[in-house]
Amino acid sequence: MVASLEFKDVNLTYQVDGRAPVNAVCGVSLSIGDGEFVAVVGPSGCGKSSLLKLALGLEMKTGGTIHIGGDEVEKPRRDVGVVFQSPVLLPWRTILQNVLLPADVLKLPKAEASRNAMDLLALAGLKGFEEAYPHELSGGMQQRAGIVRALVHDPRVLLMDEPFAALDALTRETMSIELQRIWMARRKTIVFVTHNISEAVLLADRIVVMSARPGRIISDLQNPEPRPRDIRFLSQPAASELSGKIRESLDRAYGIPARELVA
Amino acid sequence: MALQSKIEPSLSEGEIEAARPLRSARFVRRLRPVVEVLASVVVVMSVWEMVIRFFDVQPFIFPAPSAVLASLWSGLASGKYIFALGVTLSEILIGCTVGTVAGLLIAAMMVSSKLAHRVVYPWIVGVQTIPKVAIAPLMLVWFGFGIESKILIVALTSMFPVMVNTIAGLSSTDRDQVALLRALCGSRLQVLRYVQLPAALPYIFAGLNTAIVLAVIAAIVGEFVGSRAGIGFLILQANFALDLAAVFALLTLLGALGVTLSSCVRMVENRVCFWNRRN
Ligand SMILES: Nc1ncnc2c1ncn2[C@@H]1O[C@H](COP(=O)(O)OP(=O)(O)OP(=O)(O)O)[C@@H](O)[C@H]1O
Ligand SMILES: [Mg+2]
Repeated sequence: MVASLEFKDVNLTYQVDGRAPVNAVCGVSLSIGDGEFVAVVGPSGCGKSSLLKLALGLEMKTGGTIHIGGDEVEKPRRDVGVVFQSPVLLPWRTILQNVLLPADVLKLPKAEASRNAMDLLALAGLKGFEEAYPHELSGGMQQRAGIVRALVHDPRVLLMDEPFAALDALTRETMSIELQRIWMARRKTIVFVTHNISEAVLLADRIVVMSARPGRIISDLQNPEPRPRDIRFLSQPAASELSGKIRESLDRAYGIPARELVA
Repeated sequence: MALQSKIEPSLSEGEIEAARPLRSARFVRRLRPVVEVLASVVVVMSVWEMVIRFFDVQPFIFPAPSAVLASLWSGLASGKYIFALGVTLSEILIGCTVGTVAGLLIAAMMVSSKLAHRVVYPWIVGVQTIPKVAIAPLMLVWFGFGIESKILIVALTSMFPVMVNTIAGLSSTDRDQVALLRALCGSRLQVLRYVQLPAALPYIFAGLNTAIVLAVIAAIVGEFVGSRAGIGFLILQANFALDLAAVFALLTLLGALGVTLSSCVRMVENRVCFWNRRN
């Protein structure tokens, strides 16, 4: 498989004036194949969001190299989509206009983008809210709109930063299944940051565990179980075994039993 | 409100019927402050009239409201006040437009260049701290007794609040929103267009609201210092003639002008910054 997203020995140290530098990412090497679905788990503040910002070209690495599709990442790219930890909707645009923002900024053909957006909104359960404004939606609905926005320009690589953290358990499950469906249909390369071990096991081909700050990769687990997987998959022995392995790694990452910290 | 009207088409007939009395209740609620203000005006005027009659106050000391109203009516009917209002209003509107455009441009310049901010800002503040009354005679020397000198004074006055608020607005942008635009390969101009400018609009309107009120004051100050027409000019004339009823009539007109202009700005603001009303 071609490496779609490749980190080689990447370092990121935040330098804020008048304060001690913060080493957020330390010597991360990770090669993600084209169309691979990778989940990243790790303690809070360990540099997961920073890793995504590096791949997005929003932060400049202080060491190492990052490649997407063979090109060095120096600035943001058109073929990368992102879902931030918070929805980040523009309050003066309707939900449809918000979702179409990538099409506007990237100057994509209007009609096609609109059709795609309407389909995706329906898929995310936001039908009938196209003309509503963000403040008229619940937090979970806003987050779903944020996810639709990341998909609307059909990016090759999708970076997701705890996209379902704000959703209730049921919506979370349906959205996970939908994401899996979209991924199977369109085969995007997805990097999915989460604190939820079940979510990682359900969705990912591969689960990367990061240590506490400075973030390094402490384990890299394969999850070759066949798809499509549904919620029942989580109660199968293979899934339980994998969850156990992730827990163990996280225990090491935190230095205390992760069971007490991660739901 | 916006949500209400959007959801309505999906309501059944019965539900729409049920919503109707609610709407008329809302109308009454909205009308209430207007009625209250009008009532207070009537009360104050009646007391005022009674006091003047009871103590037999001379009209050149303090006019009765009836005399003020009569003066206002004759001034309006003869067209004299209408013409003066036209002159003062043009000074305010043209001056405020020039000031606003200048304020926006200077703010944009200062936000985009730190050097410009460091060098230009002290100058602007320096000029701003000089009272406009002190500058007005200079403007008269340079631009004459006509409308141009007043426009300049108004522009100079209204520029500042617009500029200060625009700078605050353009620098207030949400970091995540900017990050989103940058992640989408947005250029600086696109960040300005899609994020910074809309986010700055409520601030700009706050500045405009201050500017329009200050503009009324500035126009009258300019006319006081030297003019041939306008409300300020007529006030001075009436004052010299000890026609206090006319002075009061003109002051009333001026107050109404200020309130109208300010409400117009607020109305446009509510239209343009609809998303800002609730949160
Ligand atoms: N812009 C910044 N400037 C300075 N320090 C930063 C900045 N962004 C993040 N950091 C620091 O880098 C470290 C890693 O932050 P990051 O947001 O990547 O963590 P995270 O793994 O995403 O955490 P969480 O799971 O809580 O979202 C933190 O200690 C944080 O204080
Ligand atoms: Mg994070």
